[in-house]
Amino acid sequence: ALGLVSAAQAGDATPEMLANACAGCHGTEGNSMGPAAPSISAMDPLVFVDTMEAFKSGDTYSTVMGRIAKGYDTAEFEAMAEYFHAQPYRPAPQDYNAALVDTGAQLHDRFCEKCHAEGGIPLVDEEDYNILAGQWVPYLRYAMEDFRADRRELPKKMRSKLEDLLERHGEDGLEALYAFYASQQ
Amino acid sequence: LSAPYLARAASHRVVVVGGGTGGATAAKYLKRADPAIEVTLIEPNETYYTCYLSNEVIGGDRQLDTLEHGYDGLRAHGIRVVHDTVTAIDPEARAVDTAGGERFEYDRCVVAPGIELLYDRIEGYSEAAAETLPHAWKAGAQTALLRRQLEEMADGGTVVLVAPPNPFRCPPGPYERASQIAHYLKGHKPKSKVIILDSKQAFSKQGLFTQGWERLYGFGTEDSLIEWHPGPDAAVVRVEAEGMVAETSFGDEIRADVMNVIPPQRAGKIAQVAGLADDSGWCPVDKRTFESSIHPGIHVIGDACIATKMPKSGYSANSQGKVAAAAIAALLKGEEPGTPSYINTCYSIIGTDYGISVAAVYRISEDGATIAPVEGAGGLTPSDAPDWALAREVQYAYSWYNNITHDTFG
Ligand SMILES: Cc1cc2nc3c(=O)[nH]c(=O)nc-3n(C[C@H](O)[C@H](O)[C@H](O)COP(=O)(O)OP(=O)(O)OC[C@H]3O[C@@H](n4cnc5c(N)ncnc54)[C@H](O)[C@@H]3O)c2cc1C
Ligand code: HEC
Ligand code: HEC
Repeated sequence: ALGLVSAAQAGDATPEMLANACAGCHGTEGNSMGPAAPSISAMDPLVFVDTMEAFKSGDTYSTVMGRIAKGYDTAEFEAMAEYFHAQPYRPAPQDYNAALVDTGAQLHDRFCEKCHAEGGIPLVDEEDYNILAGQWVPYLRYAMEDFRADRRELPKKMRSKLEDLLERHGEDGLEALYAFYASQQ
Repeated sequence: LSAPYLARAASHRVVVVGGGTGGATAAKYLKRADPAIEVTLIEPNETYYTCYLSNEVIGGDRQLDTLEHGYDGLRAHGIRVVHDTVTAIDPEARAVDTAGGERFEYDRCVVAPGIELLYDRIEGYSEAAAETLPHAWKAGAQTALLRRQLEEMADGGTVVLVAPPNPFRCPPGPYERASQIAHYLKGHKPKSKVIILDSKQAFSKQGLFTQGWERLYGFGTEDSLIEWHPGPDAAVVRVEAEGMVAETSFGDEIRADVMNVIPPQRAGKIAQVAGLADDSGWCPVDKRTFESSIHPGIHVIGDACIATKMPKSGYSANSQGKVAAAAIAALLKGEEPGTPSYINTCYSIIGTDYGISVAAVYRISEDGATIAPVEGAGGLTPSDAPDWALAREVQYAYSWYNNITHDTFG
């Protein structure tokens, strides 16, 4: 239609110019002020690009990100990925149930640590990590609901660990994990 | 580099007129782009009340003080904040004059004065009448007044909301407001209703709003808490503050117990005084840099500018502030401004756990004439969105609020 432009004619906006436009929802430099929108600073660049592609294709459910991601091409995802990877991560300053933290830490070590190493912090000098520590818990809950309702593809091995966790510890197990992630500030 | 260049570079001055969403963002991002630029922000008020989320104050779910933002955050970035009103801009002398009698010279100027309300377009309406018939289209005392009137209204009362013609600040705003008023009435004064008298025949996110009104407020039934009367017949041409009457272009007279009159608008007064606006009342700009097409050296952003397809919103003003700041930093260095990129999203909260949104990613068109939405991207909350998704959008709307205000003023 008249007055529309395609993502391909985007040209060459700088990574910063592209990324700054996201700050309205994700916070300056990708550190969200909450209560729910995720921080995207320090994300692994490969994970970032995969996440954006999955929003764009609809493979990962989203309320709004699918609509936003369709505005960019892969080269732009890569440019933004480098920008956000370089931004220091500021864990969310959020409340949590302190009594659950130790249990959460143990459950994390047992079920999640293998893939979300060192308690789920950003491992900026390594490759292929998904951040959980210091992420806004409402977002983690939504992500977990989406995995469990098949609105987002659950990695096979994560599925088996998650099922194991839920079988042994039920929803309380997840609550403890969230408290542990929120406690890392 | 030659010494004279360095000497000049050290003394680049940018004056920002208006410390609202657009101006504050531009000031902050200018400093981020180049800390050597001397940035002066001129704004009369010591605190800024966001219009965004002010409809929740009117609906009673939020207190006005949660919308208040000061300027210490900007000062901490090295921005000089002056509380004064700009009365004139001289594009030849490159200087700005204030009501306080000061003169500020600039190399480049950013003008972000928001909107001027055109009281005289509705017979009987005026700034004085707005003390009885609030517009609440600039947040603060007007917001508190409209809220108080709703609280004082007896059950069974009629709230009349006069919606403005295009273009105006925040296209979904009047309809979010009607929703929030209905939300309050439903909980506290269920025999009352809100009647929207519109000059338009269609409005932003109309399908989603009417769907939400049907689900929450009985829209379309006899007991509906909301009625929408479209233009041109329902356009309000005259109001009476004492009699609390609104007269439509069709000649109907509607009695109100509370009347919210949102008048037609144009670019903020200083933009008119400085000759930055065209016949439309809004300011034509270069879409890549937001530099005025009338007066070089002055960049107009936010509600006041003509950003073609971008709506007049806080997200747009913030996004434009960043594009303008990057362009100004480049131009001051003698460089070519880079390719811009812009986003807008507007959330509307229709009721408890019921949020909807419209989003778009924009690019400059090849001929540079339009800021156009990227094809296939953006759009609305789907009409079949389940309840849990609508509830998420409310939490994301609050997140948007915290993030954009921190990005702008923090
Ligand atoms: C009820 C309502 C709800 C809204 N909801 C949303 C929403 O959910 N999302 C969204 O994105 N947008 C929303 N908006 C729109 C948003 O508030 C505006 O689009 C945005 O504030 C525009 O920014 P601006 O910088 O152009 O103007 P403003 O934010 O109004 O700032 C202008 C500033 O300039 C100052 N000024 C004016 N004249 C002078 C002068 N001569 N000298 C010095 N300073 C001067 C003023 O004091 C003011 O501080 C809403 C608006 C309303 C009314
Ligand atoms: C209008 C608000 C909004 C805007 C604008 C926005 N986002 Fe998002 N973002 C969200 C929300 C909300 C989510 C959670 C998924 C959802 O429901 O859409 C999210 C999720 C994400 C995630 C997943 C984070 C994770 O931990 O897996 C990434 C990455 C992301 N956004 C990147 C971006 C980028 C890059 C931009 C700008 C080009 C952007 N977002 C613009 C609201 C927004
Ligand atoms: C076998 C590896 C593996 C294990 C074990 C694992 N995960 Fe994951 N996790 C992943 C991968 C891969 C992703 C990214 C999936 C995607 O992008 O959709 C992910 C993503 C997530 C996310 C979404 C993060 C975001 O920002 O969107 C959450 C939440 C999460 N995992 C929680 C857990 C919890 C809790 C456990 C333990 C019960 C766990 N994971 C165990 C591999 C694993």
